[in-house]
Amino acid sequence: MSYEEKGAWVYLVVSVGVFGAYLVVILGRLADASVAGVHFVTPMLWSIGVAIGANVVGRILFEIARPSESRQVDRRDKEITRQGEYVGGLVLAILMVVPLALSLAEVDHFWIANAIYAAFVTYAVTGTVVRLVAYRRGF
Amino acid sequence: MVKPTRVTNSIRALRSAHGDLTQAELARRVDVTRQTIIAIEQGRYSPSLEMAFQIARVFGVPLDEVFHYPADD
Repeated sequence: MSYEEKGAWVYLVVSVGVFGAYLVVILGRLADASVAGVHFVTPMLWSIGVAIGANVVGRILFEIARPSESRQVDRRDKEITRQGEYVGGLVLAILMVVPLALSLAEVDHFWIANAIYAAFVTYAVTGTVVRLVAYRRGF
Repeated sequence: MVKPTRVTNSIRALRSAHGDLTQAELARRVDVTRQTIIAIEQGRYSPSLEMAFQIARVFGVPLDEVFHYPADD
């Protein structure tokens, strides 16, 4: 497994794990409060920060556990990354219609912010899955 | 599993014929990772024309002795 593929696995696990934890926290709070009254900003900022930190730490730990032969990023890595970005970008462009519609409808900020956050996570997950499939099965 | 490319190659045989050249050494000489050489050998990645020429040059043979494309029936 190349250095770049390991990074993609870490990114996928962290993205799904942190967003899942965020959802658990928010859904827990929604049980006790209305959408307008729920405090989501702090957990959202924390989850974004934790995701960035966990990605760095996860990558370091992965390298300690299974050191890569090199950290070279070659042409195949770049082509695979480009393919992932292309598919992920399409998904993001489509999903961004949702928060746009929500803002035009003047719904609560909770829904708009969370729709954007969910769209970015879906973009990250989709693009990374495409990359991992390309690494495993070829393209 | 359907292979993503119809291009086949003789890299493994050529490596053997060239003093058991390792995948790592071939990768170093073409300036790619060993995983990319493995992916090419297994037909999971079709290299660019430039990379194909570089691989052929390492073995000192023409391009079509390294890479093959099936004729249409």
